[in-house]
Parts: sequence; structure tokens; C-alpha cells
Amino acid sequence: MEKAMQEVGSKRAHVTIQKLCKEFAGVTLYKDFNLDIKKGKIVSVFGPNGCGKSTLINMIAGLMKMDSGQVLFDGKTLEQTKIGYVFQNYRDALFPWMTAWDNIAYPLKRMGMNKAQVCARVEELINLFEIKFNLKQFPYELSGGQQQTTSIMRALACEPEVLFLDEPFSALDFEMTLFIREKLQETNLKTGVTMVIVSHDLEDAVFLADQILLLTRRPTQIAALLNFDMARPRLAQSVSEPEFIAIKSEALKIFQHEMHRSA
Amino acid sequence: MPLHFLKRLLPLAGPVFLYLLWSTAVSAKWVSATLLPSPSTTIMYMFHVFATGSIFPDLWATVARTFYAFVGASLIGVPLGVALGSSPPIYKSVEFLIDFFRSTPSSALIPLFMLIFGITDVNKIAIAAFAAILVIIFNSAYGVMNAKKTRVMAAQTMGISRFHIFKDVLLMESLPQTFIGLRTGISLALVIVIVAEMFIGSENGLGHRIIDAQQVFNIKDMYSSILVTGALGYFLNLIFMVIERRLIHWGGKA
Repeated sequence: MEKAMQEVGSKRAHVTIQKLCKEFAGVTLYKDFNLDIKKGKIVSVFGPNGCGKSTLINMIAGLMKMDSGQVLFDGKTLEQTKIGYVFQNYRDALFPWMTAWDNIAYPLKRMGMNKAQVCARVEELINLFEIKFNLKQFPYELSGGQQQTTSIMRALACEPEVLFLDEPFSALDFEMTLFIREKLQETNLKTGVTMVIVSHDLEDAVFLADQILLLTRRPTQIAALLNFDMARPRLAQSVSEPEFIAIKSEALKIFQHEMHRSA
Repeated sequence: MPLHFLKRLLPLAGPVFLYLLWSTAVSAKWVSATLLPSPSTTIMYMFHVFATGSIFPDLWATVARTFYAFVGASLIGVPLGVALGSSPPIYKSVEFLIDFFRSTPSSALIPLFMLIFGITDVNKIAIAAFAAILVIIFNSAYGVMNAKKTRVMAAQTMGISRFHIFKDVLLMESLPQTFIGLRTGISLALVIVIVAEMFIGSENGLGHRIIDAQQVFNIKDMYSSILVTGALGYFLNLIFMVIERRLIHWGGKA
């Protein structure tokens, strides 16, 4: 699981998006949109309502068709790449007919792993996430935070190269948000998985990010791609440090500028 | 008596009330005793037909016909419904037919089925199966069509093959709705079997027994047979509810 790719690959583009175009009912959402996401880094996507944050990651993850353009992962197509995706609505994303454990194991079984390998991998994830609750329960017997933790573990089960998260915290209480933020950071540090997170909460977006991608209104372009090198692991109290506040207010300034520019 | 104990007795209130109303109606002579025997007489008679075993050939015949009709309808209806549901364009093209015949009382088609199958046992089973199959197709198809898109997308992002998405996700997603179809289907099948036994020449079956008792004015037998029919329908439904609750444990919770 330990991939020594962090140091080696950190400067290299992992996900390359080229000339992406997308229209919705005659309205141009994206036109010739280009973006490079660096390997092993966490990118937060932030922008005004309706600019297509989720649409962007859905197109990259292949859940939505783009009109034209190309997305490559280390030069490979999506079909040749293992990805993980965490949905905002964990209740609708988990399989309620399986226990939480079986949910996590499902992609592994379908990959063709044998029982022992599946158990070992799930055990690894349980340790990584320090799971205290009973995974033999069904999703509807778990709290919202436990369900989202389960769905993140499931998305990570196959050791994806890129993990997409679509507003993963928006249905969670603050305590759970802190826990999952911490776990995502830990996962990124331990495994070097590239992460793309859509967030509508600026603090969540900044907290995890190596880069904050700020988007404009439609037709959507990159307003800014801010680098945020604050040392890791970042702690819950990091959000009140000057460095954190500075980048947050810079992002806010750009965001507000975008809001007023064409409103 | 403690309140929570009384609360548990609430479901009995309706039947007790009906029993009292029925026996009052008879003893106060609101209704002629030749048309309506007292409830105790009816129930005693019901015990009698079970004790002597005279009801069993009829009960068994009705259960068997309902069962065959239901099994036939399920074996064709569920796969067909799931297949139609996974292809919305095809479903759209047959939707009108399904809705039309689903809305047509199947008993109206009995004469048509008599033309095709004659006055046979197969006829009764066929028409009951026809009634059941439409609700089964309809519910299975809707179960698949209303599958949570997010679950399908989740499987897609895991790189699961289309076949396995269908089998592991769509099929499971459709189960709660499919079961509603099956439960409604077996109730409908029983209704049509009883009607068919009454009006398509029959030598046995509860429907036959009811209409026979009426013809010879054996009203005790008529009422007790009606009660048995009711109990049969009730228990079929109950059995399905129990299976459903066991099998579809997530129904209504997710």
C-alpha cells in the first residue's frame, strides 16, 4: 500500500484535462477548459453556485459525458485507470442489502480477489480509519458519519490512483467532518492517492488542499489555482493560524470578485 | 389493566365488534335467520367441515390453482419486468398495453379465455396467471427503473462490468418493488381463481363450493366457505409480508 510516489511524482501532472467542452441545454458550461492535477496532491474545487464543480469531477470520473475534450491519467484513459468516488449522499451510494463490511469488500470481490486477500485489505482499511463501530451492521443501522466513513473506505478499497469526493462533508455534523478530514489527509499522506474534492465550504476546501482550484461563473474558467503548502499533518486548530487565514481570505477575495464580476 | 396491555388488544377490537354486530343482527331479527346464520353457528360449522375434512378437497383445489397461476406468472413476469425496466424505450413502447390490461378487470376476460382454453382447469389457472402477471411485470419494471442512480454510478466508478451492475445492483434495487408486485399478484390470482371456479364449470374449489351452497340454500356452508376464502387470502398475504420482511430487510429504510 505504501507507494513511494509522493516525493518522486509530486511535480508531475497526474490528471490532464484538455480542451474540455460541455453544454447544458444550449448554455455553455465549459469551453476549452484545461487543467493539470499533480500526482499525490489534494485539489479542492471551489466556485460559485451553478459553475459546474460537480459536473467537472463527474466528467473526469466518467459519470457524465463531455461534449468534447480529453482526460488522461498518467497518459492512460479512464478505462485503464482505477478511480474511487465518494458521493455527497452516502445513503443513496451504499448498498443497503449488504453489511458495511460487505460494501467495502464488494469492489474487491468483483476484482477477483480471493477471500483471504479481501479480508486482509478490509482489515488494512479498518486499521487506517481506526474503525470502532461494528461493520457487520447494515448501512441503515449506522450514523451518517459512519456511513460516509464506510463509503470512503469502499472507494479506497481497490487502491485507486485518484479519489474523487463530491461534497463529502455537506451532510455531516461538525465532529464527523473533523474526523473524516483528518482521515482523508492521513490516507493521502500514507498512500499518495491523488484527491479531487468538491466543496461548498471554504474552510473544508482549504484545510485539505495542496491546491485550491477557484472557478469562475459560467462559462466556467479557472479564476485561480492557489498553492497552499502549509505543513502536514494539519490539525483541527491549524485553521486559526495566520498562514491558514491568509490563504482563506485570498481565496475569498477571488471568489467574491468572481461573484460580482458578472452577476 | 395496564394501558400498554390494552393497546396490544386493539387489533382485536374490530373483529369483536363485527362479531357482536353480527350476532345482534341475527338475535334481534334485523336480518332473517334463513339468510344469515348466527356467527357462532357459522364458526361451529366451519370447525365441522374442517373436522370431517369435507372442506379439504375444495380448499386444496383453490390453493393449488392459485399457486400454479402465481408461480407461472412470477416465472415469466419477474424476468420480463426486469428486462423491460432495464430498457426504458422498450418499456415505453408496451407501457400502454400493460396499463390498459392492468386496468381491465380480468374477470371481464373470462369469456375470451373460455373460447381459447375451453372449460378446463388450465383456463382457470391461465386467467388468474394473466391477472397476476401484469402487476408483477409492472412492479418489477418500475423497481428497476426507479433504482437509485447513485448506486449504479457508485458501481460504475468501481469499474464493475455492466452485467454485474445489473445483477448486483439493479436487480437488488428492484427487489422491494418486485415483492409488492408478487404480493399483489398472489392476491389477484386468488380473486380470479375464486371467480373462475364460480362461473367456469368446476367440480371443486372454494368458489365452486360457495356458489353450490348458495344454489341449494345451504347458507351455513356458504358463509363458512366465504370465511375460509377470506382466511386463505389473509394468510397468503401474511406469508408474503413475513418473507418480505426477512428478505428485504432494508425496505423503507434506505
